[in-house]
Amino acid sequence: MRVLLALLAFFALTGARDPILVPEVSQHEIQVRQGFTGTELLLFGAILTPDGTRAGQDYDIVVVLKGPTRSIILREKQRIAGIWVNADNTEFRSAPTFFAVASSRPIKQIVDDKTAAIYELGLPWLQLSPIGAYDPTEQARFSAGLVDLLQREGLYKEDPRGVRVSEQVLYQARIALPSSVQTGSYTAETFAISKGRVVASAISRVEVKKLGFERATAQFAENYGFFYGLLAVLISIGMGFLAGRLFALV
Amino acid sequence: MDVYLPIANLSVNGLVIVALGALTGILSGMFGVGGGFLTTPLMIFYGIPPTVAAASAASQVTGASVSGVFAHSRRAGVDYQMGGVLVAGGIVGTLIGAGLFSLLQRLGQIDVVINLLYVLLLGGIGSIMARESWQTLRAQKSGVALPARKRRHHPMVASLPLRWRFYRSGLYISPLAPLLLGMFTGVLTMLMGIGGGFVLVPAMLYILGMSANVVVGTSLFQILFVTMATTMMHALTTKAVDIVLAVLLLIGSVSGAQIGAQLAERLPAARLRFVLASLVLLIALSMALGLGWRPDEIYTVEAL
Repeated sequence: MRVLLALLAFFALTGARDPILVPEVSQHEIQVRQGFTGTELLLFGAILTPDGTRAGQDYDIVVVLKGPTRSIILREKQRIAGIWVNADNTEFRSAPTFFAVASSRPIKQIVDDKTAAIYELGLPWLQLSPIGAYDPTEQARFSAGLVDLLQREGLYKEDPRGVRVSEQVLYQARIALPSSVQTGSYTAETFAISKGRVVASAISRVEVKKLGFERATAQFAENYGFFYGLLAVLISIGMGFLAGRLFALV
Repeated sequence: MDVYLPIANLSVNGLVIVALGALTGILSGMFGVGGGFLTTPLMIFYGIPPTVAAASAASQVTGASVSGVFAHSRRAGVDYQMGGVLVAGGIVGTLIGAGLFSLLQRLGQIDVVINLLYVLLLGGIGSIMARESWQTLRAQKSGVALPARKRRHHPMVASLPLRWRFYRSGLYISPLAPLLLGMFTGVLTMLMGIGGGFVLVPAMLYILGMSANVVVGTSLFQILFVTMATTMMHALTTKAVDIVLAVLLLIGSVSGAQIGAQLAERLPAARLRFVLASLVLLIALSMALGLGWRPDEIYTVEAL
């Protein structure tokens, strides 16, 4: 009887003890330089009990990779008097430039809508911070439009089977970044979920930065607009002149 | 060949961009139009952000016009005096255009206005040119010469005060006419990301009544300076000039412009004008249809 109680207590206690996540990213720094055509990030890690042994239980893993946010204005075209014009718009204060969610199972099977909304698990739950009057149906229409647009540009994505968990310990997910990613600080958040509850989460960071010539050019254009413009003009004239000379010889 | 564009923030196939530059360069050399009306929409279609496309196309047009201006000045095809007046007007025009651009951008209607302008201008000019060149072609075929069309300027031009002699153009008219024309094209350059050549050339022929052999060269001369001003304006305000993109376009367009100028000397002028007119009408038609059809993207994002 005492043994049984002890066993029960053991299971109850270990069950309540939340596991820890040890996340890692294949690259902490993505270098954007000549020839950059996008890259693939491998996000992997282990699920362990606090004392460092394997958790030995089935967890669902959700990985969210989020790029730097920015304020945007989203315009919507409507047909007015036979032609399509920008008829309506809304502003979002914190639209991420990149957002990818990978999970071991479809999000709907892992958590309820409320939890998903709290942790931003999935594209429908993006917190875009709309500015101005809040009309839920209108905002929903606009966010859906934004998500659809950026999804087709490969900047927003959802992969309901993107995380592979092996032996109840190791997980891994692959997320592709297109060449059009913005530079800045990206966060990769990993969630371990059990019975619809987030039991552990961990963050790792990825820096996307331009290097060398690309970095110098971007900074030159930003800080010394006049000279940059002058350089562009001189290059155009120089090349035009050169071609004129070369062809005159032919 | 993948090339990463540091300002546009994406990688493109360099050869596609060079080819695009070559295509517009040939047009530029042949017709004296900048070719911006082709490059900008095609680059946007390829996935380059619209502002970057318009800003970088301007510097590509600069390069194409330099080599074009050289080619034409070798055969005395540039009226520098007329060109100077046009440029002065053009630079005032870009300033006005920049103001209009930001106003329309705030209203969120910039792309609709641009499309409407394209349809109206290209449609109108295309039809005039097509009719005129068609008549000439028919006359050439039948052997019956057209009643020699008296080269003269529009009555409204004659009513303007102050008169200058423009020797190479063979004109004695008020400088206000080319000044206003230059201003108008300057506004268009800033708004539409084009050189304005397809407006200038017919206007010089049919409104100012300039002699045909200096029209193309002088138009290129004006475009050269106005696009330089536009590039500077973009570099200072939108900061969207992508120098890598511009160089790729330039490689194609400067060589294309030379080939185009040589072709223009060999090919019959009337047929050439007819081809340009058809091209212009075709683009106008596709844009008119585009306004009425449901666009591919209902939503557009713009950073604040």
